[in-house]
Amino acid sequence: MNALWKFWDSSLGKKIVMAVTGLAGVGFVVGHMVGNLQMFAGAGAADAMHAYAKLLRTSMPLLWAVRAGLLACVVLHVTAALQLAARNRAARPQGYQQVTPQASTFASRTMLLGGILLVTFIVVHILDMTLGVAHPNFTHLDPYNNLVFGFQRPLMAAFYVLAMAALGAHLVHGAWASFRTLGLRKASERPLHRTIAVAVAIIVALGFMSVPIAVVIGALQPQGAASEMQASR
Amino acid sequence: MELNSSIPSGPLADKWTTHKAEIKLVNPANKRKYTVLVVGSGLAGASAAATLAELGYNVKCYCFQDSPRRAHSIAAQGGINAAKNYQNDGDSVHRLFYDTIKGGDFRAREANVHRLAEISVHIIDQCVAQGVPFAREYGGLLANRSFGGAQVSRTFYARGQTGQQLLLGAYQALEKEIKKGGVTMFPRTEMLDVVLVDGHAKGIVVRNLVTGAVDTHMGDAVLLCTGGYGNVFYLSTNAKGSNVTATWRAHRRGAAFANPCYTQIHPTCIPQSGEYQSKLTLMSESLRNDGRVWVPRRAEDVGKRPDEIADADRDYFLERKYPSYGNLSPRDIASRAAKEVCDEGRGVGPGGLGVYLDFRDSIRRSGEKTIAERYGNLFDMYQRITDENPYKVPMRIYPAVHYTMGGLWVDYNLMSNVPGLFVLGEANFSDHGANRLGASALMQGLADGYFVIPYTLGHYLAGRAPVGAGAAESPSARAAQADVEARTGKLLSIRGRRTVQSFHRELGRIMWDKCGMARDRAGLEWAIGRIGELRAEFWENVTVPGSGGELNQSLENAGRVADFLELGELMCRDALHREESCGGHFRVEYQEAGEAKRNDDAFAYVAAWEWKGEGQVQALHKEPLVYENIQLQTRSYK
Amino acid sequence: MGGSSGRTLNLTLNVWRQAGPGSAGGFKTYQAKGISTDASFLEMLDVVNEELAAKGEEPIAFDHDCREGICGSCGMLINGTAHGPWKMTTTCQLHMRAFRDGETITIEPWRASAFPVVKDLVVDRSAFDRIISAGGYVSIATGNAPDGNALPIPKVDADAAMDAAECIGCGACVAACPNASASLFTSAKVSHLGKLPQGQPERYRRALRMVAQMDLEHFGGCSLHGECMEACPKGISIDHIMQMNRDYVAASWKGEPIAKAGGAG
Repeated sequence: MNALWKFWDSSLGKKIVMAVTGLAGVGFVVGHMVGNLQMFAGAGAADAMHAYAKLLRTSMPLLWAVRAGLLACVVLHVTAALQLAARNRAARPQGYQQVTPQASTFASRTMLLGGILLVTFIVVHILDMTLGVAHPNFTHLDPYNNLVFGFQRPLMAAFYVLAMAALGAHLVHGAWASFRTLGLRKASERPLHRTIAVAVAIIVALGFMSVPIAVVIGALQPQGAASEMQASR
Repeated sequence: MELNSSIPSGPLADKWTTHKAEIKLVNPANKRKYTVLVVGSGLAGASAAATLAELGYNVKCYCFQDSPRRAHSIAAQGGINAAKNYQNDGDSVHRLFYDTIKGGDFRAREANVHRLAEISVHIIDQCVAQGVPFAREYGGLLANRSFGGAQVSRTFYARGQTGQQLLLGAYQALEKEIKKGGVTMFPRTEMLDVVLVDGHAKGIVVRNLVTGAVDTHMGDAVLLCTGGYGNVFYLSTNAKGSNVTATWRAHRRGAAFANPCYTQIHPTCIPQSGEYQSKLTLMSESLRNDGRVWVPRRAEDVGKRPDEIADADRDYFLERKYPSYGNLSPRDIASRAAKEVCDEGRGVGPGGLGVYLDFRDSIRRSGEKTIAERYGNLFDMYQRITDENPYKVPMRIYPAVHYTMGGLWVDYNLMSNVPGLFVLGEANFSDHGANRLGASALMQGLADGYFVIPYTLGHYLAGRAPVGAGAAESPSARAAQADVEARTGKLLSIRGRRTVQSFHRELGRIMWDKCGMARDRAGLEWAIGRIGELRAEFWENVTVPGSGGELNQSLENAGRVADFLELGELMCRDALHREESCGGHFRVEYQEAGEAKRNDDAFAYVAAWEWKGEGQVQALHKEPLVYENIQLQTRSYK
Repeated sequence: MGGSSGRTLNLTLNVWRQAGPGSAGGFKTYQAKGISTDASFLEMLDVVNEELAAKGEEPIAFDHDCREGICGSCGMLINGTAHGPWKMTTTCQLHMRAFRDGETITIEPWRASAFPVVKDLVVDRSAFDRIISAGGYVSIATGNAPDGNALPIPKVDADAAMDAAECIGCGACVAACPNASASLFTSAKVSHLGKLPQGQPERYRRALRMVAQMDLEHFGGCSLHGECMEACPKGISIDHIMQMNRDYVAASWKGEPIAKAGGAG
């Protein structure tokens, strides 16, 4: 226990926790994004999305375990991030008058800001699309129409797009840095090079953005509720 | 003054072994009762401090830099010699011993040099075990190269940063002992005097360079590992902070200064580019393997671009004068030849102080790619400093002061004539005679620190009562501290009109012109007079801004330059009295057909100078050099 | 012919001046006139300083020693970049042809709570020494080492260790890091010794102790911005940070071995 605490207490230990939880997050968002793409299944999209929602609920205990796991990841990731940010700030109490960045990127320098935006987004998103309490027209287990109605609010759609851009930037640095923090890469002539992370970031961000954009431009329209749900009504 | 070299009797090859077996030991339980003050944290100081702490002594170590890792040993490039004979090319302890004696132009002690050659093999083992990343062959064994014209490959190296890696090895060992509590480190602390109690060195006076506080630290022995005095020339390849103060202060307290005129001038340095120049940068000697050295044949051509000068109008002077060695002539020979052509008005570049080192022919012969593979990093460094592309235009090089063979006189045990005052590394005079061979400085520093002093210090301490707690209050300690405070106060109170650097630059110019590569009676006599005047002016007209109670780099410099102003005169006196040419000491009156002419009958001795007091001329004492195992010869490179 | 072109520059310097560790500091402006483009950056400061000294004013304090890029003494933030605009170059090797006539140059000391300012541009980097002291060595006493060739070391390993060992401890990595992290410095030593067989017995203990010391010295954490590597005059790669992290994870898993009582008697 003492060793575990020491690990957590060290800056490097926290960074490793952030890398592990961050990678779990990457796995989650990739899966989530792929699931969302069923929105584009055409006439059967509402059915497909419903089936997908049911699939996730095959075992409620398992679902809750995954949710708890994700929550734990978020809590650890955010806690470590805030603590490290405080330490980093304390490590340079007096800043420079002039700094000319040489290697850091917009993405790397905005990790904290982007992270705060993402946490806000997660809260809004859960209230909006999971619990439905912030949603104008929420129907449980009808994700297709929930999304379409939800994104017919242009401001909310814009917020989603912005948040997904932030997610992309977060991944450009985070997905790459996590592997390096964990020491999972080979030594390289160009250690700052990061093709895969950029590709993942772009695909995830565009994948997520495609739904609100499609709704706003009218490419996705409300459909009748899934056939199964109509039958049960 | 008595100079007893304490060389053990018996056959040369057995002296060190026998000596180690016979000298006194300190009981392990008693070692911690002795405090050893180690001044300097370069190869000699760091290795000594770490090793003595491992043995159980209570060590205090001092350096003026902010960290012991920054001592100037770190700048050594080429390598370290050891008689390992890993290459099976005929090397041996005896051969390394002989090469070193001959390279020193027969002005070093046989017994010391033989011990150095014996120990050399252990140094490599020790450094490898510490994790020094020496260059290796594909099979995983240590790589060697031939260096400085040696006939065998006995030089171990870590890229072009051998000194750095060896120093970091010693530094890490030192840090390990600091953590354990065996060594207390005092960085940013400068030694300004040595304290003698009943004739024995028992303490030092130091100034904390951050707070300005002056303190006296007492101990049972003092080890000076403070490097060489090449900065007396102002421009040298030494670090800016390298200085003579510690050894000079010890000299003023009675330690004899030996062979001060032996200085090594390295032929391949980047020439001075302007008055603002603060130091000179060494380019590896290996460049002369492919570069041809020349100047215009006629003085009126020096202003032309080198490619405008036809081959017939070029003077490849080393090839002309030394047909068999050519561009690979030894350091002292090549340096003097360059000076001669510049004195004739044929030097190139700013101030006419440079000769070309031209790669045109080797690039034509082997291709630019091959030359880039061999020297790419050096060419880059040259271009960075001069903004000239040596692939296109010839490099300009000029000799520069690089190493000082002289230093405080020590006996076989590395103890000066002041009991309890030991001197290690470049700070002593002992192993290189009148000229040091390439890759031997690192060897000597580490030999002294790792393998000699741990034995010989115990021999001195055994049976002595450890210094008491109240020793810092003894009259001599108080007097020494008061002297330091008075001197510091004096420097700050002059408030004259001339900067410390301006004095230093003028001293350097005098030394370089009159006591540099070529010396003569008239010049040396003039220099002695001029340095005296300059010193007098310094103490009346120097300006040192700031106070003594803070970090004051001007004050640090002023104290160092004040000591250089005394040392410079002694160097000239030593050079004047030595009426022969040997190694790094070339007297123009003593040559034969342009070559150095040694006088073994009259000058086969160590010249040890004794301080006689302010305003007095030092007294000369001679330690005869006796050669029982080798035949004295004349060097020839024609 | 001489140097490059024998051009000279007139410059305005905006320099941080601070009397002592506790004092408040501020920027002061100086004119550097007629500076040769062939002078080094420190020689330019020498010229300014000598003029100040001649007027009886206190020169600008800065650390420097070898002036050939190896001792690691010098270092300052020049126009927002550690060691100035040239890559893989220490301040002492930076030459004035890197600047334009009439340019204003802002010069600041390394800034980190672990590197308190001593005076002007001089900072206290002893935290680096304490990190090495915590474990950056091989515990071998002088005198009992086996033959240097007793243990063959593959050339690639020796070369990789040398890559890491080139660190000069100047502190530019800390200065350039937005977090003032010492990860590059620390990892260079962990990696240097960790790549060699001699370093194996203490490999994990070393990682634990050196990393712990980094935190104790109040350096920040590593966010892999990569600024350190760009600032490093020796081009030390952030790959070494991976090695340090791997060793640290493994070491945390194993825990620090508890030494049994010695074999007295």
